[in-house]
Formats: sequence, C-alpha cells, structure tokens
Amino acid sequence: MVDVRYDIAFRLYPYERVQTQGAARQRVPVVIVGGGPIGMAAALDLGRKGTPVLVLDDHEGVGQGSRAICFAKRTLEIADRLGAARAMVDKGVVWNVGKVFHGADQVFEFNLQPEPGHEMPAFINLQQPYFEKFLVDEIRVAQKEGAPIDIRGRNAVTGITRHADHVVLDVGTPDGPYQIAADWVIACDGARSPIRDMMGLSFDGRVFEDNFLIADVKMTAEFPTERWFWFEPPFKNSGQSALLHKQPDDIWRIDFQLGWDIDRKAELDPARVRERVDAMLGAGADYELEWTSIYTFQCRRMKKFRHGRVLFAGDSAHQVSPFGARGANSGVQDADNLAWKLDLVIKGLAPDTLLDSYSAERVHGADENILNSTRATDFLTPKSETSMTFRNAVLDLARRHAFARPMVNSGRLSVPCVYDGMPLNGPDALGGPAATRVGAPCLDAPLDRGFLLNRLTGHFTVLSINASAPDIAEVDGVPVAHVTLTTDRNDPTGALAQRYLGTQPQAVYLIRPDQHVTARWPGCDTRAVTEAVRQAIGKAA
Amino acid sequence: MTLNLSPNIADPDGFYDELLAAHEGLDKAASDALNARLILILCNHIGDREVLRDALAAASKT
Repeated sequence: MVDVRYDIAFRLYPYERVQTQGAARQRVPVVIVGGGPIGMAAALDLGRKGTPVLVLDDHEGVGQGSRAICFAKRTLEIADRLGAARAMVDKGVVWNVGKVFHGADQVFEFNLQPEPGHEMPAFINLQQPYFEKFLVDEIRVAQKEGAPIDIRGRNAVTGITRHADHVVLDVGTPDGPYQIAADWVIACDGARSPIRDMMGLSFDGRVFEDNFLIADVKMTAEFPTERWFWFEPPFKNSGQSALLHKQPDDIWRIDFQLGWDIDRKAELDPARVRERVDAMLGAGADYELEWTSIYTFQCRRMKKFRHGRVLFAGDSAHQVSPFGARGANSGVQDADNLAWKLDLVIKGLAPDTLLDSYSAERVHGADENILNSTRATDFLTPKSETSMTFRNAVLDLARRHAFARPMVNSGRLSVPCVYDGMPLNGPDALGGPAATRVGAPCLDAPLDRGFLLNRLTGHFTVLSINASAPDIAEVDGVPVAHVTLTTDRNDPTGALAQRYLGTQPQAVYLIRPDQHVTARWPGCDTRAVTEAVRQAIGKAA
Repeated sequence: MTLNLSPNIADPDGFYDELLAAHEGLDKAASDALNARLILILCNHIGDREVLRDALAAASKT
C-alpha cells in the first residue's frame, strides 16, 4: 500500500464529485487552498478546534519527491499537539552527528545531541510525502471523532473574487467548474502560489545564481547515520559542495552544487547523475536512483501575509534556500500561529484585527529565516574573490582551532522563532530564564508523569509553578486552562525549575494556544490574567 | 572596552619586520590567505563585538 518509490505519490484523497455542484453556491467558514504539509496542519488544527474547514487540492494526494527531509523539534512538537508526531518519529531517522569536509579532508565533526529532557528529538529526517501522509492519516482519525474537516482532491482553484465579508473561489474539477464562497481563505498553494498571482501581489527578494542537483538513492550501504557535507568535494564533477544525508527506507539524499551555467536536461540524464554518484560513493557502489531533481532557489517574501480575508502561509508567503531546513519547518509554525487566531475570530471571540498579528509575527519569523538562509548561502557560494579567501581561511583554521568551527556555515538548522517585542505580548515581570521569555515557545520538560508540552493542549493555559493559580476559567468567552505544578512533586529532573524559574522561587506563566509564552509573573491575580489574555487576542485598549 | 588606536606594540619596527617576513616567498593568493587567517585569529582574540565594529570602521576610512 505504502510505496516508497518517489515517482508514485500516496493517493490519499481521490476525486469525488461534489454533492452541491450544480446546486446553490455553498458558503463555508474556511477554505484552505493547497493540501501540502502547511495546509493539512492548518486544517487539522482548525478542525480539532471544531471550526469547519474545507481543503481544496489540485491533486489526489501527496506529490512526488522527497523534497523537505529535515523536520525540527518545534515542528514535531506542533505535530504532537495535533496528534501526528508519533508516526513521524517512529518512521523518521534520528541523527545527531555531522561531519564537514573540505576537499578530501575532514575539517571537523559536530554533535547536535540535544540537551536531555525533551520528548521530541532535535531533528528527524523524513521524506516530505510521509510527513504529509501522517498528517492526513491524523485528519482521518479526527474526522471519525467528529472534526469538521473536508478534503477535495482534484479541485483546482482557478479564480478568486474578494468581497467585503467573504471570498468567492472558482474551482475546476473533472466534472466541470463550480463556485464556493468562504468567509476566510488560507492560501497554502506553494512558492508559485496561483492565488498570489491572481491577486496581483508581489513576492520580492533575492535570486541565487546556482543550481543544485538532488539525487535520492536507495542502497543498503554501511554509511553511518550522519550528515556529511563537503566544501569543494574531491570527487569528480561534484561541483562546489556536496551533501550526503540518510532518510528512512535506506534512501540517501545526495546534493551537488552545480553552479549557474548548466544544461539542466543534460545534467538530469540518469547516466550523468550516476557518474557523479559513482564518483562520490566509490566504484562498485550498489544503488538505485529513486528521484532526481535540479533546483535553483530564492530568498523572498510577501510584504504582508494577510490581505483582507485571504491569509498566506508557508512557501506562498515566504521562500528560503534549503540550507538549514527552514521551508517546511517555518511553514508549520505559520499554521500553528494562524489556526488559533482564525478559530477565535470565526467564533466571534476575537476581533479580526487579531489576524494582523499573524502577519506581523510570521513576517518576523520569515525575516529571521531569510537572514540565516542568506548567510549560509553566502558561505557556500562566496560571491567575490575576497569572500572566497575568507571562506577558505575559516575552513582551514577550523581543522586546527575550535574558534573557527562556529563560523563554518553549511546551513544553520532551524530553531523556533521568538516573538520578541510583538503587539500581543503581555508583561514579562518574572526576571526568569531568557529561553522562556515572553514571545518564546515553551520549552519541554519531563514531569513526574509525561512531559510539560503534552499538558499544553491548544488553549490559553495558566502554568503555575510553586505559586497559587489565579481562579479564572475564561476571559470574554475564551477558555483558560490550568496546569498547576510544584517543583517538589512534579519536577523529577530539575529541568522545569531550570527552564521556567531560573533563580526565582515561583512563577505564573500565561501560555497561548500555540504554546508561546505571552506573559509571566512571580505571581498574579485574575485581573492580570484577564488583561494579558485580552492583549493576546488583540483586544488591548 | 574601546578600540585602542594609540601606539601599543613594543618594538614596532621589529613587529613590522615579522609581519613582512611571514609573507615572504608567498604568491598573491597565498599571501591573501595568510592575511585572512591572521584577521580571523586576531578578531577571535579580541572577541568584543563593539571593538571589532570600531576596528572595521577605522579600517574602512581611507
């Protein structure tokens, strides 16, 4: 059933004729355009909160190719809140060790072994089709439990008309076109977003003049589960850099940086790809080519991610180079940020201006990702003779001296964005650890039973540690949950105290539905919580 | 800490000699590479970003 050959996609939502087709135009609260990882994460999140959501995808399942392969801890934590992480972690390859080579020589080795006391690993490697499939599998579970999620395959959006209080979409299907009206549209339709084009919105940034060849090969070689990266690789015709990285199912991702002036068609000739791979793996290596592709990349973003009733998320809103695994990972954070806000707006519990904060916070995240990704690219492909001289000096020194190793940049792996200084933030009155400051995503910590993040289930939550919890169950109809802990009873490893108290004896945190800290105090009353919740849902005076 | 732009090296002539001697016999590329390594080593030794920024600014003024 599950075929690991990339040229066969998972057919997860076969086309079915829409019942209302030909009848009066249906109106729904939310249409998500695009059933990729971001669209499906948003659908699952909204559906689990009880908000009806319709996903329109122009295909019948998960697209071809491994594409995104590296999923970071924060992404897995979000997937875990949505119920889909277990399958991902079980299937994924956990890795910690990376080796950096310059020519034939190893420059240094690093270990990303995360600090202990987190339920999710720092990263897993997993082909994007599996990531998407596990989300859809979980959507099927949620549907059985009553979550109002509808997915329509081979329903392609061909037109969009915006009105003051709704949006009308033209949809093409094998049985002809129909129209549907939506109060809100989330455009998760990828880097070439047709919705963005139809709305005539710009997508500006920087194009990098380079081509990368991806070859996914299947082999049962005895390479260790490590990330190997070469600057100026020693094997024949391998270009300026190369990467070898393991995925599940005995698949290895190989990247070659080919430069700008290349003949794409000739380079994708399997015989030519095999020549390069043979040179890298050594003569006589036994492998099958599973999937190949050549990509160029850009770093760019839309000016804002909200345009009235149309919200852009994932690659449609921002695009980065692949170094550092910031594409899919940041897109999932978009979905995480947007779903609870849109849910509150649709339920009439928050003003629609709350959605402006989605744009502000995720533009901030996108800029951080673009900055990191651009810096990595400048290290990988020095743009001048002098930058090449410095790049090679860093690599040279890194072999002998520890100080130069942090400067070696083959992609900084995705870390979650902190919403510093954003309008939804409340008071940071604790004097607590910087890592859990207002705006930061909560760090996980082992409790006496389970992990902390398991307890933060998508509601506003008051987390009280060694402090009496303010007696409050809702603010203006928005539910407020409670997690009340003491370090004596609930903190077997001391991680909770270290991550949430620091030098303080006690603390009260207010945590948003997306597990970001929105206020914290040494102790607080119901009025403080009320004000901070109002601030966090865009109701600040 | 502030960037020290007053004389700070004992025996300046001797130091200058050593600096040139390190480059002796090197072609342009090798010399450029040595300079780059030297800059990185010295910058790391200084470490203070304010001082480094001031040094970059001082060096950029011609």
